[in-house]
Amino acid sequence: MRVVADTDICQAHQLCQGEAPDVFGFDEAHDVVMLLDEHPDESRRADVTTAVKYCPAFALSIEEDPDV
Amino acid sequence: MTATDVHLLAEIPEVSSVVDDESASVPEIIRGTGHLPEMRVDPISLFTRVREECGDVGRFRLADKNVVMVSGAEANEAFFRAPDDVLDQAAAYPFMTPIFGEGVVFDASPEERQQMLKNQALRGDMMRGHAQTIEAEIRRMVADWGDEGEIDLLDFFAELTIYTTSSCLVGKPFRDELDSSFAQHYHELEHGTDAIAYVDPYADIESFRLRDAAREKLVTLVQQIIDRRHARGTVAREDRDLLDVLISLKNEDGTPQFTADVVTGIFISMMFAGHHTSSGTASWAMIELMRHPDVMAEVVAELDELYADGSEVSFQALRAIPTLESALKETLRLHPPLIILMRLVQEDFELLGHTIPAGTVIAASPRVSNRIEEDFPRAEEFDPDRYIDPRQEDLQNRWTWIPFGAGKHRCVGNAFAMMQMKAIFSVILRDFEFTPAQPLDSYRDDFTKMVIQLEQPCRVTYRRRIR
Repeated sequence: MRVVADTDICQAHQLCQGEAPDVFGFDEAHDVVMLLDEHPDESRRADVTTAVKYCPAFALSIEEDPDV
Repeated sequence: MTATDVHLLAEIPEVSSVVDDESASVPEIIRGTGHLPEMRVDPISLFTRVREECGDVGRFRLADKNVVMVSGAEANEAFFRAPDDVLDQAAAYPFMTPIFGEGVVFDASPEERQQMLKNQALRGDMMRGHAQTIEAEIRRMVADWGDEGEIDLLDFFAELTIYTTSSCLVGKPFRDELDSSFAQHYHELEHGTDAIAYVDPYADIESFRLRDAAREKLVTLVQQIIDRRHARGTVAREDRDLLDVLISLKNEDGTPQFTADVVTGIFISMMFAGHHTSSGTASWAMIELMRHPDVMAEVVAELDELYADGSEVSFQALRAIPTLESALKETLRLHPPLIILMRLVQEDFELLGHTIPAGTVIAASPRVSNRIEEDFPRAEEFDPDRYIDPRQEDLQNRWTWIPFGAGKHRCVGNAFAMMQMKAIFSVILRDFEFTPAQPLDSYRDDFTKMVIQLEQPCRVTYRRRIR
């Protein structure tokens, strides 16, 4: 999977970092989410999915890798 | 407006008129104002017709303002992504100025909102405390309920959400100074949002007179609280709330920086976004659950199981409660508390091949977009399964599933709001069962004000559960 963060609409709630701190970081200079791992391992899917689902800004999404 | 602007707007189809704006039944002050008389009595019919007749981009007229109404994913995305200096939110809601008071802003810029979020009450790590506060407030409201009785949904939830929003956003000491009279005056403010404000927000009509009288009563209540704070003297830092902070601020000459009038305006504006919205959503969730006993049974079973281990509401309300969440999302889709979101075009704005000239009002409608059949199959039906994997119709349609708006201005309190709903229903559905006290199809909204509220009577019966 590929994780996509739309930094134009991120509101800096930082809830994603609580769900998957190894995937989502924070860009302090710009006050928006920063992806630490754009292609997280399949084992991280549950936490990443929760982060996407509960992002209060709807700024996150998962795109499936075409070769999978 | 220049000749070019008129020409540009003429290319956008205008919706039909079904109400004669010169008719004797239209209040004199809004005669000849185009679609304003219709929006004032049946906005949903007007907004729905814009999409049916004009498609993704249509137009209607409110007095001297042309309103371009967009719907559908592509147009909505352009609307919600536009920067503030192109589409300005504050100038589009003239009916709010007399409620907040001159000089109190409608909404902060996205940057200011972000800063407030980081420092203030809506911060993620504050949520646990808010959840505890909300649970305590609900328990306080139902403490004298006895084994059975009847409540009015609007009265009950409007009062409860005054206590929760004031306690979470201003502070518990302030909340503890309030009683139901604050909720009553606040309701009159919300009721003073007649669309006549698009012609004159200070017109001499009854709902505006009540609005202004209610605001004065709120200022008096706040002044009395301030006087008691001064008489009490300073307290330890951890016992201070936002009111203590505001009244401690002084100008250079030592006079208070904020009068009671301005403090009241600040509190009104802070509480506004979270009050009628949460109150209406809680009411409609209850109504939809009563209309769908199968869903109600699933939700109650989910809550019973979740709390079987004795866990705290303030703990679980911050975590996933999937069946309840789906029911709440579906309630929000069908009954979005705000049916129109507006911006004033500041510089010519390109949208789907049209140029919308500066000075035009541009709008999106959660009510219309949330019911687009292509995005939400059988859109008129209450179907919480829409949100279950893999359908996820909210995430799949992030520009048309818009009960909270979208983009940079997406409701900054939505995580708070969902937590509050989960806490409310966790408490009341485990202790009580609810049945309609009037025909199920008689619950409806009053759309005659810009702030939509449930039409009264909206009564339900409760009976304590035997568990």
